[in-house]
Amino acid sequence: MEIRVRTDDCTICGVCAQECPFGSISMGEVGPEFDESCTLCGVCVESCPAEAIYMVGEAEKILEERDSSKSRGVWVFAEQRAGHLQGVVLELLNEGKNIATQLGEPLACVLLGDEIEHLSQELIEYGVDQVYLAEAPELKDYRDDLYAQVLEHLVGKYQPTIFLIGGTTNGRSLAPRVATGLRTGLTADCTGFALDEAGNLLQTRPAFGGNLMATIRCPHHRPQMATVRPKVFEAPTRQPGRSGEEIRVELPPLKPWAHILEIVDEESLGPNLGEANVVVAGGRGLGSAEKFRLVEDLARAVGGAVGASRAVVDAGWVSYPHQVGQTGRTVAPKLYIACGISGAIQHLVGMQSAETIVAINRDPDAPIFSVATYGIVGEVEEIIPALIREIKSR
Amino acid sequence: MHIVVCIKQVPDPSQARIDRETGMVIREGVDKITNPFDLYALEEALRLKEAQGGKVTALSMGPPAAAEVLRDAIAMGVDHGVLLSARGFAGADTLATSYTLAQAIRRLADVHLIICGKQAADGDTAQVGPGLAANLDIPHITQVRKIAQITKESLQVERLTDTGYEAIEVNLPAVITVVKEINEPRLPGLRGMMRAKKAEIQVWGPEEIDADETRIGLKGSPTQVWRTFEPEIHRKGEMLTGTPSEQAAALWERLRAL
Repeated sequence: MEIRVRTDDCTICGVCAQECPFGSISMGEVGPEFDESCTLCGVCVESCPAEAIYMVGEAEKILEERDSSKSRGVWVFAEQRAGHLQGVVLELLNEGKNIATQLGEPLACVLLGDEIEHLSQELIEYGVDQVYLAEAPELKDYRDDLYAQVLEHLVGKYQPTIFLIGGTTNGRSLAPRVATGLRTGLTADCTGFALDEAGNLLQTRPAFGGNLMATIRCPHHRPQMATVRPKVFEAPTRQPGRSGEEIRVELPPLKPWAHILEIVDEESLGPNLGEANVVVAGGRGLGSAEKFRLVEDLARAVGGAVGASRAVVDAGWVSYPHQVGQTGRTVAPKLYIACGISGAIQHLVGMQSAETIVAINRDPDAPIFSVATYGIVGEVEEIIPALIREIKSR
Repeated sequence: MHIVVCIKQVPDPSQARIDRETGMVIREGVDKITNPFDLYALEEALRLKEAQGGKVTALSMGPPAAAEVLRDAIAMGVDHGVLLSARGFAGADTLATSYTLAQAIRRLADVHLIICGKQAADGDTAQVGPGLAANLDIPHITQVRKIAQITKESLQVERLTDTGYEAIEVNLPAVITVVKEINEPRLPGLRGMMRAKKAEIQVWGPEEIDADETRIGLKGSPTQVWRTFEPEIHRKGEMLTGTPSEQAAALWERLRAL
């Protein structure tokens, strides 16, 4: 709370100074002045014959500051790879639209790349009002240096209120670079958003490996920035023929500092872990590298990605990019099938946000069962083939 | 070559247990250790030092007790430990933390390479590495799985991406964050432990690093924790019994209905 005076209304009558029980008020040239002994008791507000003294709460103070700033618009970073929008971008558009509608502000995307104009229309048909498009050959593939410089420039120029970035590997490298350059707040890996009464973005994220949720605010800095966990929000439906505005932006002078020598897509077992709807993961309980192939078979049968516990990666049964858990990837698919994984805390923190969890393990006391939606106590090498037969027979 | 490794003291994740009743992490009586990801950063710095010569400084911010992780780093073979510890640093979010670390690195001077773990095991933000580089206005590369080549002027690395990897070259100084795949951290030897016991850990406050008071600690942190709450967990916890075929059939029936 804070005491304010509308000096235009103040008649400098001095009633407030007489009434103040703490003697905190002296009369200045344009109105009352308050010293440190003021307790915000409000007697002066009541006593003022001209109604020139008022109190403001935290929320109103923020709103006043907001009015004086020009920030406007909810932005989403439209990350594209090889001319295709990343899945998380569409998911953000749905959530971004909700927030933008509540704020009465437009939903905009920043789209960087080369020869990607077709994506502008795609974004608009998914609900975007404005697309800021930056095209240049050197922006063709993601790179930290140039992408960060372009985004900082655009945010500085157009001043959005909110800027959301998908929590991909690139997004989580880019966002802190940009937020630091802009000296604003950034919340990592959000899974939920809402607005408070002052219109601040309430950003909820899992903390301590998903065992606690923390809601973060960034009340005094704009834009409010957040990276967002993939697969949390639903993508909106496309509305063919929807119209919006494309704003082709001029690039600032760029200062490259990275030289990309090579981009290699590695042969992976099925879809990318971070973006998969279904993850089938194997642990030490499988017994051997050969038996781990059962996990790959099941993943293929359900169209899922292959995950693994740390023990299995350390044993060399499958490569590190498949590792789920604290020292590997955090995943939150719709369905997670844990085969022969005991469920050490380091593994649980990487997967317990999955919507449905199936645990198959021979040890009925394995901790994995404490987070499972469905549990099967049994031999993985018997259950998986039976499950694959079941899937194929229907 | 002078390499700085930024490390953090965190509650030991392997001791954390989930209370089955509440679904909460039990944190009482949990030891504090070096963030597990930072061990890979320390190991990589030591390997570079062994191959190229030079020195390694470990840098941390935290309460006075965090000096312990710097001693552990010295036991592994790090030359010096610097702890940023002062009341004014408390309550820092990632923006204030990266500014504070950057100021300390400015004071250390002549730093060629800064290595961080990919993220801290308690906060999981992965934001401090890139933020630190932005503060110092030098390049950063996240998720490094291999250092392919390094000279005093430049660095070539492989960076893990969502679909494979990228080979990237940057000029030094630069900040890299490393993943587990990069190496196998060593255990401290007896000699290292003796040295660590006697080592003097430098403690710096805001004055030593010439920090702007408005950019450190709570004051320098734009983000605020508004509230915390327990996640809602809708796990049925249904156990499926029977023969393997019956179990498989029961499971698939339920999964198909999702």
